[in-house]
Amino acid sequence: MSRRARTARVRAPRSNRFGLRDLVSESTYGIGARPGRLLLTILGTVLGIASVVVTVGLAQTAAGQISRQFDAVAATQVVAAPATSRSMSGALRSTSSLPWDAEERVRRLAGVEAAGTLAVVDIGDLRITAVPVNDPSQPTSVTSTVVGASAGLLDAVRGEVVTGRFFDLGHDARADRVVVLGSRAAERLGVHRVDRQPSIFIGERSYVVIGIVDGFQRRTDLLDSVILPQATARADFGLAAPEQLQIRIAVGAGPVVGEQVPVALDPNAPETFRVQTPPAASKVRENVQTDVNTIFLALGGVALLIGGLGIANVTLLSVMERVGEIGLRRALGATRRQIGLQFVVESVVVGLLGGLVGTALGVAAVVLVSAMQSWTPILNTGIVLLSALAGGFIGLIAGIYPALKAAAIEPIAALRAGV
Amino acid sequence: MSVLDLLADADEATPARPVIVLDGLTRQFPGEPPVVALQPTNLRVTAGEYLSIIGPSGSGKSTLLHILGLLDRPTAGEYRLDGVATGTASERDRSALRGGRIGFVFQAFHLLPHRTVLDNVLLATLYSGVPRTERTARALAALDRVHLTHRVHFLPTVLSGGERQRVAIARAVVASPHVLLADEPTGNLDSQSSAGVLDLFDELHRDGLTLVVITHDASVSARAQRRVRIDDGHLTELE
Repeated sequence: MSRRARTARVRAPRSNRFGLRDLVSESTYGIGARPGRLLLTILGTVLGIASVVVTVGLAQTAAGQISRQFDAVAATQVVAAPATSRSMSGALRSTSSLPWDAEERVRRLAGVEAAGTLAVVDIGDLRITAVPVNDPSQPTSVTSTVVGASAGLLDAVRGEVVTGRFFDLGHDARADRVVVLGSRAAERLGVHRVDRQPSIFIGERSYVVIGIVDGFQRRTDLLDSVILPQATARADFGLAAPEQLQIRIAVGAGPVVGEQVPVALDPNAPETFRVQTPPAASKVRENVQTDVNTIFLALGGVALLIGGLGIANVTLLSVMERVGEIGLRRALGATRRQIGLQFVVESVVVGLLGGLVGTALGVAAVVLVSAMQSWTPILNTGIVLLSALAGGFIGLIAGIYPALKAAAIEPIAALRAGV
Repeated sequence: MSVLDLLADADEATPARPVIVLDGLTRQFPGEPPVVALQPTNLRVTAGEYLSIIGPSGSGKSTLLHILGLLDRPTAGEYRLDGVATGTASERDRSALRGGRIGFVFQAFHLLPHRTVLDNVLLATLYSGVPRTERTARALAALDRVHLTHRVHFLPTVLSGGERQRVAIARAVVASPHVLLADEPTGNLDSQSSAGVLDLFDELHRDGLTLVVITHDASVSARAQRRVRIDDGHLTELE
């Protein structure tokens, strides 16, 4: 008899053989039978997958949160300053200086909503005091910085007037001896009200406090400062030039304003100014995404290991427990391949279950945390789907070794073990 | 479905046709010196025969049964099952022969404890090429054949020993095998249950099934139409 003829005689028609449906139904039969064990088996995968989903979800949510704040503050802030270069001696020095009317020059540019210059004033050994006493032990002396600013600065760096007012172009033009105090500086100097026109002293010169300001989201250091008109600083302390130009722009105007500001400041030498514009929003997200991916990979690896080991362990245990059943199935005509596949499919289904439960828990946790923080939960649907499937993949990998073990079992020995 | 339908494939095995042919079959187990479990053996079992092989423990009867059941391979000699030379058959073909041509009945029943009686019988239809649509009907018919219709949805653990062995017999015949191999089928049963099982074997024999029963119990052996004795791996025809 030829081999082919014999095969045709020996084997059943393909349609009647042990098929995919039989395989899946036999493999999943035992899974639901012992819920306690199933729970323990999938625990590793559930925790692993859930932690990945939570990490990715919270990272994405946080990234969304960050970029929203970023849009609100940072994306509308441009800073211009003289470029610096290294001198022969190695010291940094400015290659140009900002013009006194820098604020006026850039206010006219499209996209600029407010602008103001500022510079730290060197007051030497002079002390800032609330009363003019020459007693060295005087306690109200503070070491605030003195800043010379233009009238537009308050608006440009989002300051708020707590009481009184900010100085205006008139004060600046006349070089009036007025100051505005940052809220923290005011507290230290003991100035709380300005309606009686209190004065402070820088050295022996008195300055009328006309307002107290707060806010300054982008320059919180100004809260510690004594701010005076730049013309006053120039006249009293010899301020040479503004150091920095703060510009508040419309959202998205960054690139255009960034190009135009140096030209507006000095059409002959625009290259001598350095302008910091906000990075494009997509770049920010990319940066955050890269961090997320690294975390994701690391956690994914750990999850794969923990979950996989758990499933491999229990599947191997299951194989050892069911040696008799394996022998019986072989006696009833099952091939090695069918036995092996049965355990692989069982392990894949268990892994898939773990993946699904873990993903569900992870998503729930992200939503819960977001709700508690009043954030908008952001979670890539692709990652959710992938996480669930990852469980199945873990199961597949974990099932291979136990399946090979099961397939290698000799029916005679297995039958002796009993069912 | 009638019993004749159940055993439809048995038509193929006309009385003159040999189902089992052993030709110089030998089985040695490696060792120093090698253990000869089965001396060169010749045996011919024709379709419809009821053969018992009797021997004490260690006589080689389990080895013979494992080879007949294609669970083990002989060291030398040839074993033809239904005309198929099993020695040169592939593992897959041997699995298919086990599923389709051979029915096993074990001393320890080997029923899956967490599955119902019906599911246990259905297990044998999975690997033996019974069409999916016929499986349940045939399993129910087989259970009817062993008088267990009232136990179909029970778990084996709540059945008596005799009932369990009858479930195992239903499982062994559900795929219409050409030969039923029984290994000490009454070894775990009381005398009343044993009698029931042996009566069932008689009925199956009358319906034309080929039976090979291996036992150390002379009263079990006596029920067979033809008896063979095995001692130290030697077969001797009795009577």
